[in-house]
Amino acid sequence: MADAIEVRGLTRKFGNFVAVNDLSFSVKQGEVFGFLGANGAGKSTTIRMLCGLLRPTAGTALVGGMDVGRDPEAVKRRIGYMSQRFSLYELLTVDQNIQFFGGVYGLSGERFQARRQFVLAMAGLEGREKTLTRDLPGGWRQRLALGCAILHEPSIVFLDEPTGGVDPLSRRRFWDLIADLSSKGVTVLVTTHYLDEAEHCHRLAIIHAGQLAALGTATELKQVFDSRPIVEVQAARPVQAMDVLDRLETVEKTSLFGTAVHAVLRSAQTSPAMLSSALAAAGVDVRNVGPVSPSLEDVFLDVVERVGAAS
Amino acid sequence: MRKILAVGSKEMRQILRDRRTLLILLFIPAFFLLLYGYALNFDIRNIRLAVQDQDRSAHSRELVSAFVNSGYFMLTGYEDSDAELARQIDRGQVRAVLSIPAGFERDLRLKRPVTVQVVLDGDNANTAAAVAGYARMLVTEYGAAQMLALTAGPGSGAPVIMVEPRVWYNPQLRSALFLVPGLIAYISMITAVVSTALSVVREKEKGTMEQVRMAPVGPVAYILGKTLPYLVISFVSAILIVLAAMLLFDLPMRGSWLLLFLSIGLFLVGAQAQGLLISTIAGTQQVAFQVALLSSLLPTMILSGFVFPISSMPVVVQAITHIVPARYFLVALRAIVLKGADISAYWQDLAALTVFATVAMGLASLRLRREWA
Repeated sequence: MADAIEVRGLTRKFGNFVAVNDLSFSVKQGEVFGFLGANGAGKSTTIRMLCGLLRPTAGTALVGGMDVGRDPEAVKRRIGYMSQRFSLYELLTVDQNIQFFGGVYGLSGERFQARRQFVLAMAGLEGREKTLTRDLPGGWRQRLALGCAILHEPSIVFLDEPTGGVDPLSRRRFWDLIADLSSKGVTVLVTTHYLDEAEHCHRLAIIHAGQLAALGTATELKQVFDSRPIVEVQAARPVQAMDVLDRLETVEKTSLFGTAVHAVLRSAQTSPAMLSSALAAAGVDVRNVGPVSPSLEDVFLDVVERVGAAS
Repeated sequence: MRKILAVGSKEMRQILRDRRTLLILLFIPAFFLLLYGYALNFDIRNIRLAVQDQDRSAHSRELVSAFVNSGYFMLTGYEDSDAELARQIDRGQVRAVLSIPAGFERDLRLKRPVTVQVVLDGDNANTAAAVAGYARMLVTEYGAAQMLALTAGPGSGAPVIMVEPRVWYNPQLRSALFLVPGLIAYISMITAVVSTALSVVREKEKGTMEQVRMAPVGPVAYILGKTLPYLVISFVSAILIVLAAMLLFDLPMRGSWLLLFLSIGLFLVGAQAQGLLISTIAGTQQVAFQVALLSSLLPTMILSGFVFPISSMPVVVQAITHIVPARYFLVALRAIVLKGADISAYWQDLAALTVFATVAMGLASLRLRREWA
């Protein structure tokens, strides 16, 4: 089966600034593909190119088999798009928004009615058709925006930071909807800031400074820590503990995770007990030292740091 | 086509929901008309006049009643004391004083030249000049009538040449009749330019425009869908102004309604195109509002012949007025409404409006297309 999205050497420059640099990856049909990156890393520029909104400076991207540079209109008919701003018309009711998006995607008659029912049910908005969108709570509005984006049953959906500013419960429900879509064969490309959410994605791409820094499943990405275990240190004064750890030969680097310190070790031979004694020798009040499995946040920080050091 | 309808009905619903905008579009124009229509009045009537009659004769009383009967003046009273008259002018109780010298009647009888004095409050130079003109006219008329009376009779044939002015289309020279067409241009220009510019920039600001751009909707369908509702509303608004002016200011409607609609339509399309052009340049509603207001309000007020006649402007400024659409619209509007003139009198102005609308629309869609994809 052909890939839903196929990107080869995709590049976009704004004057001298290279926003997206020689990006290549592909997304399989029905896959939930996560796009991670700091603000300004080039995520949105990439999505805008894939949606046919922005012409690539170089490279090609096939979305649903259509070339985004050559036939953006054909691409637009095949995709759904939803951004963090949940771009609905706030002065219109739920139903009027659905009607509008149905209209611009050329839906009518029975098909429209069926899709309308589907979206209302999916978003849990049955009985609230006449509510002004402005008056909807964030979670509902987010689901309505997703509904409007998939009203025309696109086979590929782009979600640009869809969960910004929404409570955890609504976020959880939203990811359930994404899983549903995926199980029906819809390809989902989603960007997010929330690294805990990224665990829901089948595969992840980390973008840094317009370049692809890492690509793979969450498990694959975490393998970079197989030979470099992470030790979590809980101390009364974490910053003091960090200072001490940073001076140790065996410690590659440290970072602060809440009130704890994560130390990446240079080899698997170093044991947590060795750190513990070193800290005690330096007079740090240590409560607990133990190995932890790497989180995506560890991976993200590690990748960004290594790419930053290389360039 | 269906997409235009989808965008259009969405826009209409938004407008209908946003009561404030709707109110501004429909009723503020009529309110403006009242405000400007009554305030922008260059007519001078009922000027408070004091009379210093030192002759106290039949003739002097005749002259005074000529002043009062003209309708321009309202007699406040007779007063002999110079000091008291000066005081009344200072206090603004009196705007003009007619001073008739002793021996007025005698000198008239003897066919000797007489002088009457008119003292004016010059704190408003325009009014003073107009009042001086009225006074001169009344005195001259009275003098001519006296001459005629004295020289009339068999055998005496001293010819007197009289001017009989006839002002066509606006016989009483009421400035309201002259101003109302200007107001229609002024108000519809502002509402059309501002509302169009704002509605597009609002979508840019809220991010809904990006959402629509992701959909398979071309810029043309989007623009048509967005502007048509405003065209309808500003059209209704313009017609409301015309009707209000007919009712309140006795604006005559001497020409064809069809041509009036055509002119208003052409003018509004041009104004909307101007609003669209602004929306492609402005990034925020604030900037759009200011640019739209400045680019519509000032030229329409100053450079269209609405208040200041174009023929009395410096040549360079006259040249600039050629790109102000209201200039052409005013000519057509006055020709249709006040004169009921044939289309041959103003077809060039309609053509100019068409050119303006086409060029502005072309520029706007060119810029928008570049922004769109």
